[in-house]
Amino acid sequence: MDTLYKTDVLRLAAQATGAGKLADATKSVTVDNPLCGDRVTFDVHMGANSKIVAVGHTVKGCVLCQASASVIGAHAAGEDAASLEAVRESLKAMLKQGAPAPAGAWATLGTFAPVAGHKSRHECVLLPFEAVIQAAGK
Amino acid sequence: MNKPVRVVPFDVEAVRAQFPILRTLLHGKVPLHYLDNAATAQVPEAVLEAVRAHDALRRANVKRGVHALAEAATDAYEAARRKVAQHLNAREEREIVFTSGTTGAINLVANAFGATLKPGDEVVLSGLEHHSNLVPWQLLRDRAGIKLRFLGVTEEGRIDTGDLDELVSERCKLIAVTHVSNVTGAITDVAAVVRAARTVGARVLLDGAQRASHGPVDVQALGVDFYALSSHKMFGPTGVGALWGRAEVLASLPPFLGGGEMIRTVTLEKSTWADIPARFEAGTPPITQAVGLGAAIDWQAGVDTAAAAVHTAHLADRILDGLRSLGGANRRIRVIGPQTMERRFPVIAFAVEGAHPHDICQMLDGHGVALRGGHHCAQPFHDSLGLAGTSRASLALYNNAGDVDAFLTGLDDALTKLT
Repeated sequence: MDTLYKTDVLRLAAQATGAGKLADATKSVTVDNPLCGDRVTFDVHMGANSKIVAVGHTVKGCVLCQASASVIGAHAAGEDAASLEAVRESLKAMLKQGAPAPAGAWATLGTFAPVAGHKSRHECVLLPFEAVIQAAGK
Repeated sequence: MNKPVRVVPFDVEAVRAQFPILRTLLHGKVPLHYLDNAATAQVPEAVLEAVRAHDALRRANVKRGVHALAEAATDAYEAARRKVAQHLNAREEREIVFTSGTTGAINLVANAFGATLKPGDEVVLSGLEHHSNLVPWQLLRDRAGIKLRFLGVTEEGRIDTGDLDELVSERCKLIAVTHVSNVTGAITDVAAVVRAARTVGARVLLDGAQRASHGPVDVQALGVDFYALSSHKMFGPTGVGALWGRAEVLASLPPFLGGGEMIRTVTLEKSTWADIPARFEAGTPPITQAVGLGAAIDWQAGVDTAAAAVHTAHLADRILDGLRSLGGANRRIRVIGPQTMERRFPVIAFAVEGAHPHDICQMLDGHGVALRGGHHCAQPFHDSLGLAGTSRASLALYNNAGDVDAFLTGLDDALTKLT
């Protein structure tokens, strides 16, 4: 349990990178976790090439959900729906199959590796990805 | 002059010794402090043994077989029905229908009683209901064109019976509300609900999921028409519960599910229905589970539930006091529901500003404390509070001061890290 709430996760949540509404959003998507009632909204401003220019998020959720949204807030610019989907699948594999953490810019997601042992909390980390992927999609 | 109250010492350690799971070490090192009883209570050895013995010695299908095991299984199943009837002070055993649980019982009423309703008829619910006493009625509304109306909730977390006069009209055919809230622990003013229903000839259903585990219920004194309960909250097995219905009301209703023992005759063209309660027990019922429920009621009957209620109320007071102490300038803790133990049961939900219930519950799990976090299947009520969820500690008669201390210590530690 202690490793689940290690300082890095708490720091990411506190940083809340990208938190807040995006004034010039081209699309906004809200997703819910029916099990706990958590709600994540991602606003995206998309560029002409279907790549994200900026994101803003509003999270009514736990520390894990806030930290995950914060990671997305830091790294989503320049990504598109397909590349974010690849990141999510890589994150999912880390949580569910013990695969290595995503590489490159998204390596921070390795912070969530201890969540793998807590199946009921996987969705907390994945929910913000669901929102941003839907928002970045057509 | 009132008689003096007889205070019976409650030997909680003797009760705890009967629950094997309470000897568990979580994460290989910390004792279990189980405070999620409103979701599912634990099972005493006597019930575990009754379930094992039934399947080991009397396992067979019920009602139709003529061999010795079938007779024994049927006897055991019907004995369990008798025990549920006694627990609820039902007039007749045939008023007890075994279901899969409270949800199954309410769905049964929503379908069987619901089949008698016409478009424009009204069912009155409240804003405090568990989804199991809301969604079945929404489904009925959508297929039958009835209208749902909702009693409000007071600031204290009680169903606002002051709304009854305004909401209960001649079109109202049923008032379906919780007996005890699974979020606030508040006891509903059932007498007011029944009075309002009777003025217009409406029926009353009580969701008794949170009440039936705290001792016998008197459905005749309550004056209601339907009562739903779940075994797994009453120290019994999962997968079984019961619907009590007034015999004359149940007998007037069509079946809900078809097949199995619910028929009288079947031809290729049509079928006719068995008398109650068989009419509502389609298919092979949860036989072993019902036997386990009967054993749980027997077990509970051997406990001084009045003394147990005093014991759990003292513990709940300690929790309420502890939450007040843990709150402060930097920690805003809000107890959802009555702030004292008056007219309530020991179910205590609370919200902490800046700390999510799942984070709190996860951290408390590290202390061996099992709490529930989320909307507790009462999303509309949480929405009305502007909360996505709350943390909830719920007590049973086997909880002790050590459980409360572990909870408060763990919560202090969690909030130090989270807020």
